[in-house]
Formats: sequence, structure tokens, C-alpha cells
Amino acid sequence: MTATEVAALISGGEASAVEVATAHLDRIDAVDPRVHAFLHVDREGALAAARAVDEKRAAGAQLGPLAGVPVAVKDIVATRGVPTTAASKILEGWRPPYDATVVARLRAAGTVMLGKTNMDEFAMGSSTEYSAYGPTNNPWDLGRIPGGSGGGSAAALAAYEAPLAIGTDTGGSIRQPGAVTGTVGAKPTYGGTSRYGLIAFSSSLDTPGPCARTVTDAALLHAVIAGHDPRDSTSIPQPVPDVVAAARQGATGDLTGVRLGLVTEFSGEGAEPGVMAAFRDAVEKLVKLGAEIVEVSCPHFQYALPAYYLIAPSECSSNLARFDGVRYGLRVGDDGNRSLEEVMSLTREAGFGPEVKRRVILGTYALSSGYYDAYYGQAQKVRTLITRDFTSAFERVDALISPTTPFVAFPFGSRTSDPYQMYLADLFTIPTNLYGGPAISVPCGLSEGLPVGFQVMAPTMADDRMYRVAAALESAVGTLTPPPL
Amino acid sequence: MTAISREEVAHLARLSRLAVTEQELDQFAGQLDVILQSVARVGEVAAEDIPPTSHSVPLTNVYRDDVEQPCLTQDEALSGAPDAAEGRFRVPRILDEED
Repeated sequence: MTATEVAALISGGEASAVEVATAHLDRIDAVDPRVHAFLHVDREGALAAARAVDEKRAAGAQLGPLAGVPVAVKDIVATRGVPTTAASKILEGWRPPYDATVVARLRAAGTVMLGKTNMDEFAMGSSTEYSAYGPTNNPWDLGRIPGGSGGGSAAALAAYEAPLAIGTDTGGSIRQPGAVTGTVGAKPTYGGTSRYGLIAFSSSLDTPGPCARTVTDAALLHAVIAGHDPRDSTSIPQPVPDVVAAARQGATGDLTGVRLGLVTEFSGEGAEPGVMAAFRDAVEKLVKLGAEIVEVSCPHFQYALPAYYLIAPSECSSNLARFDGVRYGLRVGDDGNRSLEEVMSLTREAGFGPEVKRRVILGTYALSSGYYDAYYGQAQKVRTLITRDFTSAFERVDALISPTTPFVAFPFGSRTSDPYQMYLADLFTIPTNLYGGPAISVPCGLSEGLPVGFQVMAPTMADDRMYRVAAALESAVGTLTPPPL
Repeated sequence: MTAISREEVAHLARLSRLAVTEQELDQFAGQLDVILQSVARVGEVAAEDIPPTSHSVPLTNVYRDDVEQPCLTQDEALSGAPDAAEGRFRVPRILDEED
């Protein structure tokens, strides 16, 4: 059942929010031992939130469009009193004393938080294999990765453990898991959703956003969490476009007059043939819906991945300096004989996993004297060139399209030995993060029996445009259903 | 671009306040070398006259009115601390023996 359908049942009085929450908690009990989408299930908190919705309804109060709908939240988002670890040992057992803005807005909207979902440690990874608490399994094939870093949120949707989830997208961590699990994931415009209360990975890129099984559901969740937040200095003080109306317009299946740009540089090099075939079929469907397809060259997109893997580790090496064993989290080696510096080093050694250490060291290198200009400085210039590519492309077309990922869900362990091979999973998603605009992944078909994602990228603050195109494609393709668990 | 040596990784780990094992040093030196060779391509395109972009939205300081507002209590602020004493964070000693 979609979030829209669940909300209708509750507002129509056909089901109580408590019944809906209980059904989802029971489903988690039944399948999560095999899927491992959740790091923490907040049964009591969920039932209390559901009871509050039922009481409000009984008292005749006006309910919001998602009141009583369960939602799962990626474990990098701070939740007051509920464990928040970013899937790292260094934060094991930490219960934040405050809510992130997106969580506060979810609560205000009457949604029911089921618990916290698994992810790559500190959102660094593309497979959820770097979680310190063990990987999440893809409901389509339990031997394959669910994408990353938000693999837990995407798998919870695909396994019908939750109708909605929150993710964060730094280089593709909402869209890539959406693509490989056959679900919908949207990265809003950077600054369109608040980063307050997100455990920072790469501050100039991190963007919280919605995950759902349908485009309209994603838009409904987007509308709840988006909007200006004075607590985040990068939050954009402008009204959020009406993404729900745009999704509903798209769902009618009419794209007459819409110009879509096919990125020449993403013509398929490095991508699996099955992925490209599913993508081309989807492009044909869009043409039948009335869209005009234009080839657009974005010559600097090929440098996005290298630029990202300098900028993101640089920012992470700075952001993760706060995990020093002083104010929260783990402390190791404090036996009274060791200095603060030694305790700090031992704590970070014990608390961080291999990918986090690699990126902290890489970032320290890229920012160090003598290398700063050659690496970090150059990467920031590439960011300018990529932004120019997007700007000139959007003078000719309404949105850009590409596959979301170059390959379908791969088997566990097949890319962990060579980090750069893993980084290629985000090849098509990263340019958007460097530019800051919105992008969405919507299922467009299967390759080798596994889902393929279709990406729509739009200009900054034109999030409504991508929802319209994605919903139209969804109307032609339909939603994908994984085999029963 | 220069290759990254094992000693350099050890130095960077020290700068990052990260104790690493001998095995990790070997592993990271090899992997970082591959990553750096792959990302060095950024040097191919960005000419001198291209301004850098650090952030996709303009950064401005955001101030609020200087009015008292509710905030975390002392207990809440200390609730996640590995160690606390007398209402403060307790840290390991800051000076080494020789200091």
C-alpha cells in the first residue's frame, strides 16, 4: 500500500493509525531479520505517535495529508531520545538531546516514526557494506547490495516495512539505493531541505530528502520536510515549489511541450548494456508521452567523480574532527596514563571503519600544504565548470535525463577490495550534488531481473519539474514489485 | 602527481589523530595511490581564470535577535558524554609527562 492510500484509510476512519503502525511493526518483525534495514526499531515511540493521531482525529481536529503514515529515518539524522549512530561504532548508544529539523517537521505533520535505518558509516559508501553493524540485504536478491549509503531506507521500502523513508544524498545516497531497489528517491535542491541535525559528512553537498515507492508519495514527503530553516545558514529563504501538484500533473501521463536533455557524455560508456537498454526503452516511452528529446553536451561531467572524491573527503576530514571522545560517543584508552591526544587517536582508531579512515586520510592529504592547490583548489574549479554545464544545458532544455546508476545491484563483496570501483556507482548522480540542483530516481524497468533507475535532473529550485517528468514515466512503466520475501 | 608512500600515510594519520595498524598502513598506501591517480584528472581542465566554487548557495552569516531562548539543559548537554564531573565534560590529561 502506498503512503497516499494509507493516509486515505486513516483520514476516512477505515483504519486507525495504531492499526497501521502495528501492521508495519509486525512486518518488520517478520522480515527484518533477513533484510536488516533497521538499526533500531522504536516500537513504543511509534505506537505513542499513532495513538496521538487517533486521538486528534477522534477530537475532530484537521489532519495533515500524511497524518498517521509510518516513516523510517536514516540513522544519520538526529532523533531526540532515539539512538542515532550514523552506523558507526563511535556513536554506539548515543541518544541525541534534540531533533533534526526534518524530524521535527515529520512529527509536526503527524507521521509515525518506526525507527532508524541502516547505512554506510557516516554515509560513506555505495553499498551499505560499510555499516559497522553489518550490511542490509536487497529485498530483490538477499545476496546483493541495496545500494548506499541509504541502503536501509530503500530496502525498508522495497520490503514493505515502511511506506516512506528519509535519506540523505551527498553524492547519490538517496537516488542510487532507490535505483537498485526499484523504489523512488529524490534529492531536493541543496538548501531546499534543512541540514540542521544531520550528522555532517560533506557540508556543501549533504541534502536530506524523501524515499518512497511512488513519485507522488515522495512529493508528499518532500512537501512536509522542505522549506526555509533559520537554524541552517545554507537554507534557501524561498517558497518550496508545489511538488505535489507537479507529481499529480505528471501522473496524467502528458509531457507535451517538455524538452528533455539526453547527456551525450552519459551515452553508456562504463554502464551495463542491460541498464542502457532499459534506459533507452524509458526514453521512448517519454517520447510517446509527448516529450521532446534533445542531445545536450556537458563536457565537464566526466570530471565530476574525481572532483567529488577530493571535495567530499576534504570536508569529511574536517567534519569528523568532532568525534574526539570528549563530548559524546566512544572513548578508548583513558586509563589515567595517556594524554588527550593519545586517547583521541585510539578512540578514532577503534570507532571508525575502513572507508571512513581512508576518506579522513585522503581529505587530510588533499587539504595539506603543498597539495591544496593541485587537488582541493582544482576540484573547486571543476565545480564551477560543472555548474556552467548545467546552466547552459538548462537554457535549452527543461530537465536532463540519464540512468541513475551504471549497473544493477551487485553481489556483496564484489567491489570492496578496490575503492575506486565502488566510487563508480555514483558516476551519474554526482554532477548534480556539485551543482546543487534537484534530481530524482524512478524505476524504469529490469535488467537481469533486477531494477534499473531513471534519473531526472532539474535546475536549482525547480524541484517540481523533476517530479512531473518522473511521475509521467511512472505512469507509463508502473511500479516494480520485488519477489515475495 | 607524486605517489603516496607508506610513511606519508603514517604522517597523515598522525595529523588526523588516527592510530593505524601496520596492516592498515600497507592497505591504505596502495588504495590511496590508486584513488589519487584517478582523481588527479581534475588538474586537466581547470584553467587559472576559472573561479573556484566552494558552495552552491551564497554563504552569508545568519544572525538571530539577541533574545534569550530555551536551550539544552546542562544535564542534556552532558547526556552523551563519555565522562563528566561536576557538571562539566571530563577529559584525559592534556599535557604529556615531559610537558
